[in-house]
Amino acid sequence: MLVIGYGNPGRGDDGLGPAFAAAVGAIGPPEVEVSVDYQLTVDHVLEIADRDRVLFVDADVSLTVPFALTPLAPSRCGNLTSHSLSPGDVLALSQTLYGTVPEAHVLGIAGERFDRIAEGLSPAAARNLDLAIGWFVEWTGAPAKNPSRA
Amino acid sequence: MAEPRLIEISPVTRVEGHGKVTIHLDAAGEVDEARLHIVEFRGFERFIRGRLLWEVPVIVQRLCGICPVSHHLAAAKAMDMIVGVDALPPTAEKMRRLMHYGQVMQSHVLHFFHLAAPDLLFGFDAAPERRNIFEVLKDQPELGRRAIAMRRFGQEIIEATAGKKIHGTGAIPGGINRNLPLETRDALLAQMEDMEAWSMDALALARDYTLEHAGIIGSFAAFGSNYMSLVREEDGALDLYHGALRALTSTGEPIFDKLDYTRYAEKLIEDVRPWSYMKFPYIKTLGSERGWYRVGPLARMNTVDFIDTPKAEAARQELRDITAGRPQHAILANHWARMVEVVHCIEKVRELLNDPDLQGTDLVAKGERRREGIGVIEAPRGNLIHHYEVDENDQVTYCNLIVSTTHNNEGLNRAVKDVAVSHLSGRREITEGMLNHVEVAVRAYDPCLSCATHALGQMPLRVELYDAEGGLVAERIRDH
Repeated sequence: MLVIGYGNPGRGDDGLGPAFAAAVGAIGPPEVEVSVDYQLTVDHVLEIADRDRVLFVDADVSLTVPFALTPLAPSRCGNLTSHSLSPGDVLALSQTLYGTVPEAHVLGIAGERFDRIAEGLSPAAARNLDLAIGWFVEWTGAPAKNPSRA
Repeated sequence: MAEPRLIEISPVTRVEGHGKVTIHLDAAGEVDEARLHIVEFRGFERFIRGRLLWEVPVIVQRLCGICPVSHHLAAAKAMDMIVGVDALPPTAEKMRRLMHYGQVMQSHVLHFFHLAAPDLLFGFDAAPERRNIFEVLKDQPELGRRAIAMRRFGQEIIEATAGKKIHGTGAIPGGINRNLPLETRDALLAQMEDMEAWSMDALALARDYTLEHAGIIGSFAAFGSNYMSLVREEDGALDLYHGALRALTSTGEPIFDKLDYTRYAEKLIEDVRPWSYMKFPYIKTLGSERGWYRVGPLARMNTVDFIDTPKAEAARQELRDITAGRPQHAILANHWARMVEVVHCIEKVRELLNDPDLQGTDLVAKGERRREGIGVIEAPRGNLIHHYEVDENDQVTYCNLIVSTTHNNEGLNRAVKDVAVSHLSGRREITEGMLNHVEVAVRAYDPCLSCATHALGQMPLRVELYDAEGGLVAERIRDH
């Protein structure tokens, strides 16, 4: 499985995705690889094209629960920017260019502070991150060396 | 009698960042006014104040997710000046140049294949469900795979020179913090033949499209303007990393030339308008009405005397021959100009990879501390100016950034107006295809609106159509 945590750690809770990926990387479950980036781009199409399973992890402003896992299908939007793609765009490009679509989910983790130009998570986002990491360890059956924030 | 209307296209898609286009129609259905608005602003220039000079080249990369290297290098050049360094060690300058060519190449390729290709291959009026990147890739998947491979090659160069593919730390005040190991050089050299062949194919595609559609391109928002870029000081050659400022009129007459870029403020001034957060720079001596200018790949083709790599120079001459050596004003020729620069960057990358200076160990120069620093480069979208002042505690006290899209602000607005008048005026019904013409004009500049407003993250861009009484009668919002 490839875990792609993305977001801008310089914008408060937008750093939830990279923080999750860093924590999973520190735990080091077998057969889980981690990728961290600022946003999704066409580069990630190459990263996922030969994978069986992919988990996209991003901060979420709309959740009423600490985190949520959603199955993902290829998008048909087609209005790409080179700044960033949606997870569905990445899948769709993989399908179109390489004929492969891994089993994919999006893990959204609830954040609340995105407007400030500062590093560090809000207390609520930090709690949600810990809960999401705990869930991930159970989900993958990975031994938890250090199931906390990196 | 019909009521006046207003069109809003929102968001304008397949551009970087988000903004809003509004089009006002009068009672006769003629376009009265059309503007590109920027809808969000966060003061990055204020955010930088108080930061230590050493961290500025890294922090400014948060301005933009697509051309962070441009900001990294412009800031580093400004900080070179502050630490009193006017000439870098050869290894440092060549590593920075390699980083920059890798960045410009991958940015141009991505724009051409993934953002512009749907309009070029299927036409501006094609059905929206047809006019998208996935349909392009179904037709020509090899194009998409090549674009991704070329993008990855550019990213590998950035990682090798900056340390990381995002938010690298390679360029530091006074130099660079690494050289290029031989094994990394050899891995990059091994890809050069593919890159050279693919860049020439991309150039041919853009050239053929331009020539085959000369009628449309010659009349689509093809208006004259002044042009400005850096050129190599000693001979006027294209130089994306360093040089002196040159500005020409729409007929190619010099406005200023060989201007030390640290004196930019003597020639340029930024105007503010109440309806946009993005400033409007112009050349002081000409005033705001006549002094606005454009930057970017096509502007560079217009300003430079030649390109110092053979394949790109041959391509530039072919482009210039269309206008008998006079400036080319057709904004859609920007796509051709971008591919000329891709060929140039690939040629430069090979030249640099074969230069043993990249394995040198003299990486940083020192000098006498100054209070002020100005760094200018030619970013993928055009000229980029970083200007800082630093106090005795090494903290930034002043920051001014003029990014490419800000330089092009007036040109963007005039393009929107020109296309709106040509394609919307007097029409009873406004179709999606008509609105897409406006977006095509915006996209041709490859604007980076996140940079232009110094914002972090994304901003939505909309297009709206209003009647003369201010009523919204049509809007375009593509949720993505």
